[in-house]
Amino acid sequence: MNLTLKVWRQKNNQEYGRLETYKIGDISPDMSFLEMLDVLNEDLTRKSIEPIAFDHDCREGVCGMCSLYINGRAHGPKFGTTTCQLHMRSFKDGDTIVIEPWRARAFPVLRDLVVDRGAFDRIMQKGGFVSVDTGSAPDANIIPIPKPVAEKAMDAAACIGCGACVAACKNASAMLFVSAKVSQLALLPQGQVERQTRVEKMVAQMDKEGFGNCSNTGACSAECPKEISVENIARMNREYFSARLTGTEI
Amino acid sequence: MSWFTETLQSSLGKKLLMALTGLFLIIFLITHLAGNLQLLYGTKDDFNQYAKFMTTFPPIKAVSYLLYASILGHAVYGLMLTLKNRQARPVQYAYNQPTANSTWSSRNMGILGTMILIFLVIHMKSFWYEMHWGAIPEVNGFKDLHGVTVEAFKSPLYVLFYVLAMAALAFHLMHGFQSAFQSLGWNHPKYTPLIQALGTGISLLIPALFALIPVVMLLTNS
Ligand code: HEM
Ligand code: FES
Repeated sequence: MNLTLKVWRQKNNQEYGRLETYKIGDISPDMSFLEMLDVLNEDLTRKSIEPIAFDHDCREGVCGMCSLYINGRAHGPKFGTTTCQLHMRSFKDGDTIVIEPWRARAFPVLRDLVVDRGAFDRIMQKGGFVSVDTGSAPDANIIPIPKPVAEKAMDAAACIGCGACVAACKNASAMLFVSAKVSQLALLPQGQVERQTRVEKMVAQMDKEGFGNCSNTGACSAECPKEISVENIARMNREYFSARLTGTEI
Repeated sequence: MSWFTETLQSSLGKKLLMALTGLFLIIFLITHLAGNLQLLYGTKDDFNQYAKFMTTFPPIKAVSYLLYASILGHAVYGLMLTLKNRQARPVQYAYNQPTANSTWSSRNMGILGTMILIFLVIHMKSFWYEMHWGAIPEVNGFKDLHGVTVEAFKSPLYVLFYVLAMAALAFHLMHGFQSAFQSLGWNHPKYTPLIQALGTGISLLIPALFALIPVVMLLTNS
């Protein structure tokens, strides 16, 4: 395959970037999108051009490191797929592909296609964990959890924190991410002790980080590589309002 | 700040207010529509008597103050949210394909709302202000608001403006109705499909009937 790539190049957080055009040939349709970028980077290195910085780690769709806004879509044209699991067979020979970093005030660009997703970590640090002693691993089935509830908790826990929800949302809102993290613990017995303070603190931090509000467009869920449902956003709304109304922390 | 104001100023609290005021405005629209339809099937006196009742009966007056507050609150918070949401993405994408993941109405609530707001100002000047403080001649002991309406809707341009505003309302409600329930946390596999169907129904029916009134009056009175 022969492709024309328009890639966002930006030296650092201070300077403004621009789209640069690169031609690339000899791409196999079986390559992953990131492998295609590896080939481009080798080519750029040979030409003494600074290679393009982009995030990646597992390349198996489980770690949440890869990102990229490809042809106007988070993680590219396919639904339910991370960029590392996207293959070049999803494109046609001769295509022009525009590659940009996630765009959000809360996700500043560090270099080229790499953004700082530290805002997610700071939200998690406010309560995305269980800090009470839940004892050692209990015997199987000693804590009864109905199957549908366990399923919902697992579905929420599938979130890999890649930030595609923020990238796709017209408001750069982090509601889907935060609601998945709130939900996975609100649904399970171990999460009950800190249930109210968790949602209050995580929402407060989310607001502080400068994400937008939720307009319920559903773009987040549609573009989520793990297909996290907006049901979680409704659950977080319920959790938050009930915590604010009945919680004893003022 | 108390816990209460803090809650209402959080991102989720602002949306709670949008949803509550929005749903209240929808309930108002239904009663307003029921009253207005008298312009099509009632007599001149029926309508004028109804208009007097609506502006003088104390319980209705009380609710009307809640209505003014709701319109103001909904518009002010709506524009504040829209502004804040724009600031959350200072650098736009060079190439974006939002049609792949969301509906047009859901992405344009701010513009649609502003169109409704402009309509409301003109609409309230024409009828609400006139009814309360204008010099309207009396017919059979009632202020003749019916006559004011007939006069206004003799202008095709004014009628066209109404029809366009109702189209904006239809798109606003197409997303707004079901969005309000999601903001309230009401998402349930049993009821959400029902809410969505109901939302599509009322977002087509209410604006269509509202728009029908001036169109019919234009055709019959000119
Ligand atoms: C009769 C008139 C109106 C009705 C029935 C109505 C109804 C609604 C409803 C039900 C919602 C959904 C709330 C939610 O997402 O939780 C909504 C959202 C919204 N409305 Fe209205 N509205 C009206 C007029 C206006 C006006 C005058 C504005 C002024 C600018 C406005 C601006 C907005 C905005 C910006 C949103 C979306 C907020 C967001 O992004 O989440 N609306 N409206
Ligand atoms: S690199 Fe780990 S999810 Fe894509």
